[in-house]
Order: sequence, then structure tokens, then C-alpha cells
Amino acid sequence: MSTKQKDIQIPDFRFTPTIDKVGVEERVARIQTRSIKGESKIQGMKMVLNMIDLTTLEGKDTPGKVKQMCYKAQHLHEAYPDCPTVAAVCVYPSMVKIAKEALGNSNVKVASVSTAFPSGQAPREVKIMDTKFAVEQGADEIDMVISRGKFLSGEYNFVFDEIAAIKEACGKARLKVILETGELVTLDNVRKASEIAMYAGADFIKTSTGKIQPAATMQVTYVMLMAIKDYFNKTGIMIGMKPAGGISTSKLALHNLLMVKETLGENWLDNHWFRFGASSLANDVLMQLMKSKTGVYQSGDYFSLD
Amino acid sequence: MTRLSVLKTYKIYIGGQFPRTESGRYYSPLDAAGKPLANVCLSSRKDLRNAVVAARKAFGGWSERAAFNRGQILYRIAEMLEGRRSQFVEELMLQGSSEKAANQEVDLSIDRLVYYSGWTDKYQQIFSAVNPVASSHFNFSVLEPMGVVGVVAPQNSSLIGLVSTIIPIVAGGNTVVVLASEKLPLCAVTFAEVLQTSDVPGGIINILTGTEKELIEQFGSHMDINAVLYAGDTAENYKTLQVLAADSVKRIVKFKLNPSDETAENPYLIQDFQEVKTTWHPIENIGGSSSNY
Repeated sequence: MSTKQKDIQIPDFRFTPTIDKVGVEERVARIQTRSIKGESKIQGMKMVLNMIDLTTLEGKDTPGKVKQMCYKAQHLHEAYPDCPTVAAVCVYPSMVKIAKEALGNSNVKVASVSTAFPSGQAPREVKIMDTKFAVEQGADEIDMVISRGKFLSGEYNFVFDEIAAIKEACGKARLKVILETGELVTLDNVRKASEIAMYAGADFIKTSTGKIQPAATMQVTYVMLMAIKDYFNKTGIMIGMKPAGGISTSKLALHNLLMVKETLGENWLDNHWFRFGASSLANDVLMQLMKSKTGVYQSGDYFSLD
Repeated sequence: MTRLSVLKTYKIYIGGQFPRTESGRYYSPLDAAGKPLANVCLSSRKDLRNAVVAARKAFGGWSERAAFNRGQILYRIAEMLEGRRSQFVEELMLQGSSEKAANQEVDLSIDRLVYYSGWTDKYQQIFSAVNPVASSHFNFSVLEPMGVVGVVAPQNSSLIGLVSTIIPIVAGGNTVVVLASEKLPLCAVTFAEVLQTSDVPGGIINILTGTEKELIEQFGSHMDINAVLYAGDTAENYKTLQVLAADSVKRIVKFKLNPSDETAENPYLIQDFQEVKTTWHPIENIGGSSSNY
């Protein structure tokens, strides 16, 4: 734990606030009716591109695929001038070294999942070794999963200690904690898990692994953003947010940005504090950008495959 | 107490569903006596875009389906159309046909569906070829569907014009986004209801209603439409299509036939929207100098 966090009073997680589900749904529905057009849309979409963690987390990943994705991360679409790069690429620990080499000294970061992703069903020593390995290979960021089974059976201290232990193993790498909200069942649990993660030392909280449906719904993201806001008000520490999985259209991504701006304010509208975990979002945003540049609806045939 | 009859909402058909137009607009085509027939969706370019997305998504599955199965599905459309013939006859009469002409048009539409359902697994044999070449290769050309095809249906026909233009394209494994006749749109929407109940997967045929004037540029310029069949009668719109198609190297075909005529059913209409793929396959040719294919 950092010195700053040592002074923080850790609350009793049995008493975290409960969530008004109907209220959350209404708030989100209202945000979704908003329409962003013209200049703001273009600016927003460029921001979205710059916040993407381009992700490949499959058993069939090969060095070739990872290298190709790293190339894409730096050169999203040559036909579009001044196209930003994505924020990071997200890979398995075994691919970190390859990604790091492929990215060279570009400012695209390498994030690695760890702690027996995606299930998290492994002993703590294994998870720590997994994390240390990824960091040694050069990962700038670690995406860990929490033990949902332990969380659901009420062993909050176990979950807390585990996150703290992984944070220690991360060293200088920033830690994103994946709550896997699709398995947490209720919004109350999402709020509780968010608080545990933040107090235990997370730099980012992240919705999902992308392996479970539903993944990053607007409702879940909203609850987590509110948890970040309350934590910031109490402690003055900024925590990042990363919705991942299921955000594949630029419209949905823009609505997410809007929600961040209205809950947390403009300080969070930066890829240091907000990310999208996505693989197919980039192409949709690029197609929209090209549409606004040329006035013509685009075809996937003219964009890279992954 | 008198009962108010419940009028049908004529909606568009995209991806197997019946949304209202995204724009919220409608128009009212008139019958022969100048009375409004119904309120029909006035589709916007965003509806066209959504339809193309649905058609693109459906293309993979439809083009890879066994040709015979595509025929079975087209035949099923004919069966369902037969079952709802009275509704079509009624709508055709509302739009100005005589009872006799309306019955003939429905008969012809059903027969045409059956005709093309027979062709789905036969046109390949007719149009493919094994080509003689002067080297040790087995060289053959086969047809492949083009992808998403836009169709501007004939203005002066409500049902047979629609069926005659879209069915050969679909029979060949393409998916279709069609703009129905502006003046006579009723049967197109009812035809969508037939499609939805006849095993046609969503997105294969997408039907929009609205004006040529508003959508023609989008049909021409959309990068994800691979070809357009123009069956309208405005020379200017046809020219616009040809000019705008240049960017995406789209194939533009004009439908010149009278859909009610028997010449409007032939396998060349399937061939119009096929690409020819030629393959050179090396073969062993010991001691010989020529290739026997």
C-alpha cells in the first residue's frame, strides 16, 4: 500500500451503500437519448480511439497476430490524417515481450491480464507469480481478476488481501482490477466490489473480462463511476475506469464518454483515467470518422480486419 | 355501437424486423380517386445504412447455404404468398388494378418465385466453364455472388415488379436492400410480412419505402453496396447512380424488361449479379505437351 493510502480509514464493506436500480436505469436511459453531432462528434470519436485498449485474449493468439495488432495500434488508418494511436494493447502474459518489442518506443502501452485470467481460480502464489512474470516481461499495466467465488460467499477480506498482494507484486505497473460484473449478479455487489478494489489499491477498476455476458452495460459502468466519485470525494485519490466487452459501436462509446463527463467531470476524459477494452470498436469509430470526412457511408472491406 | 376498424401501420423491413423509419416521417400515397391510401414510412439515409448493415451481416450465411436449400426457402415464400393471396389482391385493387388484373399479378408473382427456386442449384452449371489453356493447368470459371445489392424497384408495379427484380438476385446468394415503388408501396410491406413467416433469415431481403429522389445518391455512393439494379424510370437518377458508383467501383445494371412479361424471367437476371472467379489448378502432365483441360 502506498503511504498516501495508509492513512485512509478502510470502511466495513458489509455496509456499503445499496443501489437504486430503477434510478440507475432511468439515468442511463436519459443519457442514451442524447445525440452528439458535428464537430463534437468528431472530437469525441478521436478521443475514443485514443482511449482504446486494443485487445486480443484468445487461446489461439500467436506472436504473428500480436505483432500485427501492435502495428495496427500505431497505425489505425493511414487514409485518415492525424489519426491518434490507441492507448494500449492488452494481451496474455506470454505475449507481453512480443508486444513490447513490436511497439518499440511508441507511446502505446502494454497491458497484460494476469492472476489466472479469466476465471481467477488459482492459488494466490500462482497469481503472484503470474503477475511478476508479466511485469518482468515489461508490462506497463496489469489487468487482474478478482475471486468472484470468494466474493459471492462473503469473504471480502480474502478478496481485499488478494488485490493488495497483487498490487505489491505489480511494482511500478498500474493495476486494473476486473470485477467481472456479469458474475456479480446485482448492482449492490458491483458497488461493493468496486469499493473493495479501490481501498485495496487498484489504480483502475474494470467491468469485465469479455468472456462473460452481459459485459460492460451502461448501468454497471454508471454504478462504478459513482463509486469512483464517492471514493474521490472521501480520499482525494483519482481512480481510473475501464468498461470492457460489448462496446462495439461508436454511438455506445460516445454515450459512455458523456456519462464519464457528467459523473466524474473533464479530468477523467483522458486515457490515463479512462479506457475502453475492445477489439472491434476501433474499426467502427474509424468508419464513422471517414464517413464524416468523405460524406459517404463506409465498407469494412477498406479497413483492417482485426 | 359502431366499431372503428383497426388500420394497418405500414412499416419498413430491416434485418427481419419491422421498425418504423428512424426519421419518424411518413407520406401518404394516393389512390386513383385521389384519396390517401395509407400512411407509409418515408425512409431516410440512416434507414438505408441500417438496412445495409443488416444485409452485410446476413450475406455470409446466405451465400454459403447449400444452393438447394436456398431454392427450398424461395419455394416456401411462394407457398406463403399463395396463402395470403386475397390480401394482395385487395391491396392491388386499392391501388387501382381491376380484380382480374390483380389476380393475374399475384398468380404471376407466385409462379415467378417457383421459377427461380428451381434455378438456385442449376444456374451454376449453365454459366460456369472449364476453359482450354495452353499449359498444364486445369482452368475453370465459377460464379460467386457479389454481396449486398441495392435495388430500386419499378415505379409502376406494386408486387410483380418487386418480385421480378429482387428474387433472381437473392436466388444467386446475394442479399438485397430494396426501395419499393413510391406510388404503389402497399404490397411491398405486405410482402415483407410474407418473408418474415417463410423461413427467410432476417437481413436477406430488406425493404424500404420512400422516395427515389432522397435515397438515390446513397444507393450510388455507399461503399458497402456492391451493385445496384435500377428499375425506375428517371434517366437523371440512373445517371446519378452511375456517376456516384465510380468511387466504390459498383456494378450498375438497368432493368429494362416489363415485369409482367414472360421475358422478365430468365437465369441471365441471376447472372447479372454474379462475379466470375477463375482458378488455375496445376495438373500433372507427364510427357504430354498439350493440356486436355
